[in-house]
Amino acid sequence: MRGFLLNRLSQSLILLLIVSIIGFVVLNLLPGGPLAQFGLDPGMTQDDLDRLKEQLGLNRPLWMQYLDWIWRLLQGDWGHSFRDNAPVLSVIGRHLFATLLLMGTSTAIAIAIGTWIGIRGATHRYSLFDHLATVGAMVALSIPTFWFGLVGIYIFSLKLGWVPAGNMYTIGDGSVLNYLHHLILPSIVLSLVHVAIWSRYMRTSTLDAISQDFVKTARAKGLTERRVIMKHVVGNALLPMITLAGVQLPSILTGALVTETVFTWPGMGRLFLDSLGYSDYPVVMGLLMFSAILVILGNLIADIAVAIVDPRIRLG
Amino acid sequence: MTERSNTNPNYSRRDALRLMALGGAAGLIAPNLLGKPAFAQNPPASPTGRVIVGFSQEPTVFNPLMPHTECDDAVHFSVFDALVRMDPKGVLQPNLVAEVPSQKNGGISEDGLLWRIRLRDDVRWHDGQPFTAEDVKFTLELITNPKFRAWRTAGHSLVRDIKVVSPTELTWRMEEAFAPYLSFLAETFMVPKHILEKEADPNAAAFNQAPVGTGAFKWAQRIAGDHIELVANTDYAGAGPYLERLVFKYIPDMTVLYTQFKSGDIDLVDQAFITADNYAEASTLPDRVVMLERGASVESIYLNLEKPQFKDPAVRQALYAAIDRKAILEGLYYGVHNPTETFMPQNSYYYNPNLPAQEFNIERARQILDEAGWVPGSDGIRVKDGVRLSFANSTTSGNHLREQTQQFLQQTFAEIGVEMTISNLPAAVMWGDFWLKSQFESAISGVTNVIAGDPDVANRLHTKAIVAKGGKGSNTGQYSNPEVDALLDKGTRTFDREERRAIYLRVQEIVRQDLPFLPLFAYANVFGRKKGLEGFEANSNARVASWHAAGWHWKD
Repeated sequence: MRGFLLNRLSQSLILLLIVSIIGFVVLNLLPGGPLAQFGLDPGMTQDDLDRLKEQLGLNRPLWMQYLDWIWRLLQGDWGHSFRDNAPVLSVIGRHLFATLLLMGTSTAIAIAIGTWIGIRGATHRYSLFDHLATVGAMVALSIPTFWFGLVGIYIFSLKLGWVPAGNMYTIGDGSVLNYLHHLILPSIVLSLVHVAIWSRYMRTSTLDAISQDFVKTARAKGLTERRVIMKHVVGNALLPMITLAGVQLPSILTGALVTETVFTWPGMGRLFLDSLGYSDYPVVMGLLMFSAILVILGNLIADIAVAIVDPRIRLG
Repeated sequence: MTERSNTNPNYSRRDALRLMALGGAAGLIAPNLLGKPAFAQNPPASPTGRVIVGFSQEPTVFNPLMPHTECDDAVHFSVFDALVRMDPKGVLQPNLVAEVPSQKNGGISEDGLLWRIRLRDDVRWHDGQPFTAEDVKFTLELITNPKFRAWRTAGHSLVRDIKVVSPTELTWRMEEAFAPYLSFLAETFMVPKHILEKEADPNAAAFNQAPVGTGAFKWAQRIAGDHIELVANTDYAGAGPYLERLVFKYIPDMTVLYTQFKSGDIDLVDQAFITADNYAEASTLPDRVVMLERGASVESIYLNLEKPQFKDPAVRQALYAAIDRKAILEGLYYGVHNPTETFMPQNSYYYNPNLPAQEFNIERARQILDEAGWVPGSDGIRVKDGVRLSFANSTTSGNHLREQTQQFLQQTFAEIGVEMTISNLPAAVMWGDFWLKSQFESAISGVTNVIAGDPDVANRLHTKAIVAKGGKGSNTGQYSNPEVDALLDKGTRTFDREERRAIYLRVQEIVRQDLPFLPLFAYANVFGRKKGLEGFEANSNARVASWHAAGWHWKD
């Protein structure tokens, strides 16, 4: 186990280094840069732009900027945002809660409903329910989230007035109920796609398990069908789902770009889009490294979890 | 000290009478539709209520001297004060000064070089410290401090020898006479010396995240990515505030911004306002006041005058005559914007309304080109002295309305034997060196030519402002006319309003004749607010609708 972890760690560090280099170069290759937005300001002169460029250190060669950045990062300094002059980690920290709330809720909904649909679809294969679930999943996967979001707002907020038209809470009302009320529509819209994914995986995985010999043995022992499914099938079918959960873990913290925009949700996805639009290099790089670390962590956790749950797998 | 309003401008008697006559009706019909500001009818005795203002960009920069976007202005205008304030009519009003300095009152010397500023004596920072001349000196010196990441330094870089005479008086010398500086001061917000002088690095000061000003509203909190909350400064030296709370809400999508205005989540739509395509529907919403307000920005086709195709004035005249502006404005822009013949904002005191009106006339356009000797070649495109009348037009790719405008122009230009190709670029490329260093052939751009309501346009039209020729400024079309240069030079040295007006009216005449760019329309913005929100005034000299929240209040 220890050897496995050390091995993984060294691989991860190399991976992070590569990600950071590619990210840094691509970001700086993008035309414009953080000062382009001031170019059309009335009264802004080329001299002012040149001065700002120098003050921000953007006139140095790219490799020098990169080395400076990574050296500071290794010392724990993630840099300062160009956009609001705050430390990058504090900028990220301010948006974490919103994303965790939204993504956590929608993922919980997705796992619960998706797993149930998947199991039921597999045990009642080719039934009306199974066909509806399959078609439903296709529809949910192929329709863009922003469209769902806008239609949802139109029907449930503007026409019916049941839920708010976005925002995380009503300004001036920080009660739990108020948060929950605002959470309903975006978390359902967001979970639609995930329900589809989870139900498809779960269905396949359950079908796999059902056809295994130990299931036949269990049935031959005379166990009730319900007991066979709950005790023998589902437990085994859930194993591949742990890996899927590990892959999905980073998205719980990095947020949803589109849904957060449509629902005016002040989360990480929104922050990423805004920082990109502003060419706020320190924050974009910070988010990139943050999600890269999460991806690596997510996979690692999934591998370890599978090993713990499934005695057939040994890490090393 | 007696009631000395910061904002009630010196309107003429006639204006006052007209307003009194309208007084009764003003509450019922949208006052601004009548072209007159809504006076605070019956503001409450103590600040009450809350207004939520929606923005499509997030205000993030709270140090008003650092580089920022227009949405940040709303916070600056509310939390801070400048020495002077530009009112909706383009008249400077005292804000932190006791009187606006001028040559008449001795605040500015005859040669325009020596300035004497007298400040109010009753202003306090939000933390209770008195505001003094030391703060003004500190602010102006911070802007030109090489270690400080200041925004624009135009005008400020000319200031020398700032001397504090007393807590309410200071003087300085200008390196050269520069009349627009007075207007620039309306956008230069004063920051507290006693807080910022302690900071080793003013760029990373804690102040930048929790600003302390002298303005009508105090900083309360910011929920990053969501909103900023301000509370009433009950010790405000000027009139107001009448609201207890002011919230600036960030709504990242233009459709959602409008939706939340419709659903009542926000009380007022600020930058980037209601989109033109929603104007008709918005006007029919119950309990909402929706108004078209003239902006400062002008949409034009910029011609790079150093390209051989555009050197001949006849070509520019012919192209101008071949533009069906009415069709573009009504067919593509929902009829919200206004035709214009000049770069000057139409609300400006310096706007010249007597310029010849453009007329769409294909026959006339052909005739102009024929007379100038541009003969159609074998492919139908006109040629003269080996120059083919063909050029590329560029703008931001993805801007659908501009793209449709281009296709429309392409067709009418083809009818007069001119070939226009479309070559659009992403915003960051388009408005970088390609635009600033005049690498384009022709471009469609919406430009605000004046700064802080001052009529000076040397930055856009003076020969010395051509970057491609080693100059400093934004004369990207490379327009050069010695007569205009001389007038612009004179304009920056002249302080008298009437004299300046004559100068800039003449500049507009010459520019209309020379046609260095072809004006398409002057932008109007669709403002929207809830009925009952009073004391609201639009001001095309400011970039935001929330330029003076101190005067807002809810009708009881």
